[in-house]
Amino acid sequence: MPVEILMPALSPTMEEGNLAKWLKKEGDSVAPGDVIAEIETDKATMEVEAVDEGKIGKLLISEGTEGVKVNTPIALLLADGETEADLDKGPAKPAAEAPAAQPDDDKAEAPQAKADAAKVPAAPKMEAAADPDIPEGTEMVSTTVREALRDAMAEEMRSDERVFVMGEEVAEYQGAYKVTQGLLQEFGDKRVVDTPITEHGFAGVGVGAAFAGLKPIVEFMTFNFAMQAIDQIVNSAAKTLYMAGGQMGAPIVFRGPNGAAARVAAQHSQCYAAWYSHVPGLKVVMPYTAADAKGLLKAAIRDPNPVIFLENEILYGQSFDVPKLDDFVLPIGKARIHKQGKDATIVSFGIGMTYAVKAAEELAGAGIDVEVIDLRTIRPMDLDTVIESVKKTNRLVTVEEGYPQSSVGAHIASQVMQRAFDHLDAPVITVAGRDVPMPYAANLEKLALPNVAEVVEAVKAVTYRN
Amino acid sequence: MARAASKTAASKTAAGKTTATKARPAKKPSAGGAVQAPKSPPPENFTKEQELAAYREMLLIRRFEEKAGQLYGMGLIGGFCHLYIGQEAVVVGMQMTLKEGDQVITGYRDHGHMLAADMEPRGVMAELTGRRSGYSRGKGGSMHMFSKEKNFYGGHGIVGAQVPLGTGLAFANRYRGNDNVSLTYFGDGAANQGQVYESFNMASLWKLPVIYIIENNRYAMGTAVARSSAETDFSHRGLSFKIPGIQVDGMDVRAVKAAGELAVDWCRSGKGPIILEMQTYRYRGHSMSDPAKYRSKDEVQKMRSEHDPIEQVKQRLIAKKWADEDALKVIDKEVRDIVGDAADFAQADPEPDVSELYTDILL
Repeated sequence: MPVEILMPALSPTMEEGNLAKWLKKEGDSVAPGDVIAEIETDKATMEVEAVDEGKIGKLLISEGTEGVKVNTPIALLLADGETEADLDKGPAKPAAEAPAAQPDDDKAEAPQAKADAAKVPAAPKMEAAADPDIPEGTEMVSTTVREALRDAMAEEMRSDERVFVMGEEVAEYQGAYKVTQGLLQEFGDKRVVDTPITEHGFAGVGVGAAFAGLKPIVEFMTFNFAMQAIDQIVNSAAKTLYMAGGQMGAPIVFRGPNGAAARVAAQHSQCYAAWYSHVPGLKVVMPYTAADAKGLLKAAIRDPNPVIFLENEILYGQSFDVPKLDDFVLPIGKARIHKQGKDATIVSFGIGMTYAVKAAEELAGAGIDVEVIDLRTIRPMDLDTVIESVKKTNRLVTVEEGYPQSSVGAHIASQVMQRAFDHLDAPVITVAGRDVPMPYAANLEKLALPNVAEVVEAVKAVTYRN
Repeated sequence: MARAASKTAASKTAAGKTTATKARPAKKPSAGGAVQAPKSPPPENFTKEQELAAYREMLLIRRFEEKAGQLYGMGLIGGFCHLYIGQEAVVVGMQMTLKEGDQVITGYRDHGHMLAADMEPRGVMAELTGRRSGYSRGKGGSMHMFSKEKNFYGGHGIVGAQVPLGTGLAFANRYRGNDNVSLTYFGDGAANQGQVYESFNMASLWKLPVIYIIENNRYAMGTAVARSSAETDFSHRGLSFKIPGIQVDGMDVRAVKAAGELAVDWCRSGKGPIILEMQTYRYRGHSMSDPAKYRSKDEVQKMRSEHDPIEQVKQRLIAKKWADEDALKVIDKEVRDIVGDAADFAQADPEPDVSELYTDILL
């Protein structure tokens, strides 16, 4: 039975083309790879190559024909031993190609069916565990965020040989912000690796090592410099598990200071919480307290997924109580109610919490009892805790230092509107940094960031106390 | 203009010469560390079994790619599809030098690498058609495919991104203290990405066991090497990092194998990275929708008729009377059957279940 040669598509969007020229005639022998014809569209001209061996039995479409639909038979190929007489045996196609010619519209999983929004399956719900109970009588030790982060890394490196830390100045210099202080002395230069100033490269090296089963902690001197590496973070680290059908992924932590410090101006003062929270395949953690920094960094290092761990230079030196436990690990994806209250909810994270906490204190003096939620994890986001709180207080203010457009607060506001609209007694107010690059001048810098008074005003507005 | 430039490039790089490989030793070392550049080996004398194995492997890749092109033309493969036809000797020769645990990583022209790494033609083709039995369960496609079992680490769609990743695989080998090597493939186009040189620096600094295989097929998409690269001798691209490089006739599987053996030994013995510039040629356009107007038909035809990697092996097999036309036809048929079976499978296999939309995002 002769084989049909079909009009090929040059691209998935091509529907028809012109058969510009035949380069073989009836009776010619062809081998795979031989150019048999030229076809053209308005965009390009392409050569059609033979895939099978045989003799051209019949040219079905003549040279110069325009508007030949894709998958139209254009010639018949005779296999070894077949003659012209076989041409009458009717159009036969190799079994392999049959399904292609007939779009399988009876199949439930045809791509067209997926376009129907109603049939898109619901996203599975992520359930994060609750914080572990801290046994009564546990000693609380005042610890800086800096020390808590270092302790978390050291503990995980002691318990898992695969964990190592790499980055600029992490070893000999003891960390640009001294977060890795002492690690080189304890673990040696095999596991505490000074890199050249080459963010894109070492982020990729870290991801490759993670593909191979190691558990890298990649420190960026600041997340501003991770912009050089964002392709490796997003395209390589975040997407590989999906693109590999679950076969391999990147168990890696990218960590370092994020957001504004003091007087370092536009290129060194930006919050990336919203950026990374946009990306499926990443987890994004942004702790405020030292206890959360420790418990969540330990969790991030153990996590089999890529985790963005956003720290803050100004918080590094602040002290908080950290429970003295052998293995204090907190769940990623769980918000913490920092202070209970009933009149309004403030949701914040990272350094934004400093404004939220002070505002809550001030508002308490004015008789407004605010509930303060520390998100701790930006992705996956614990919206359940936020919504439960809103159901109680019916009012919501979000606070962050990042830019206002497409901010974390904007996402929360949208979700609360969709999931708890009837519980809101006032529009959500999102307090954020100004929509400007960070200025250098001290007075302008102060204006560019949120402040406590602004948060106080926002809560008064949503509680109609003005 | 473009055509003239491409001809200049062609004569300069002289891919596919059947003469022996040429060594391009690094410059005399300056104070602070010497790189004794390895001498370039002559093409290896293959045994009958090696010639037959190379013939079969290369033919499998070629037939597979021709079939993929056909299925693309029928609308069964979507998106971008970059065929490897013409470059088969590179992956087949390199794969002959590897041992268990060695890793392979490449860019998006990856079907040949996967077949050479012994991945199942059915699984590769089913991924191309976006079906559930594909290597990535239909979620990766032509450019993003992986096999942990076969140590194939992708399949990467961002030009040059695989170079730091492959360097990271080598980092893991050194960290674990084994003697495995990472084969990191990229093209002449990717060779101009900054992250390649960031990787070179770290690999050399830390003596990582990585072979950087630059598949110079003369065109970065449609831009001839001479129009995109200030230094068109890619074996020199590591000089500033003290990484030696060798130019290899990438159309001769024996030359590839010989250079590959040298490079693998270099890495396994702890000398750090090495560059192999494979001078090769792709017969097809950059992707399926590229009519390749930037080069002449004569140029393509000359490569096909004078330097074809499969034809070279075939001629040797016949000249040495190790196989006659009939024996080779039997191999051709076997290969064609494997590819036909893969194509049938890839069309009959169902698309992924809709629930797969939300799987494999996080562990």
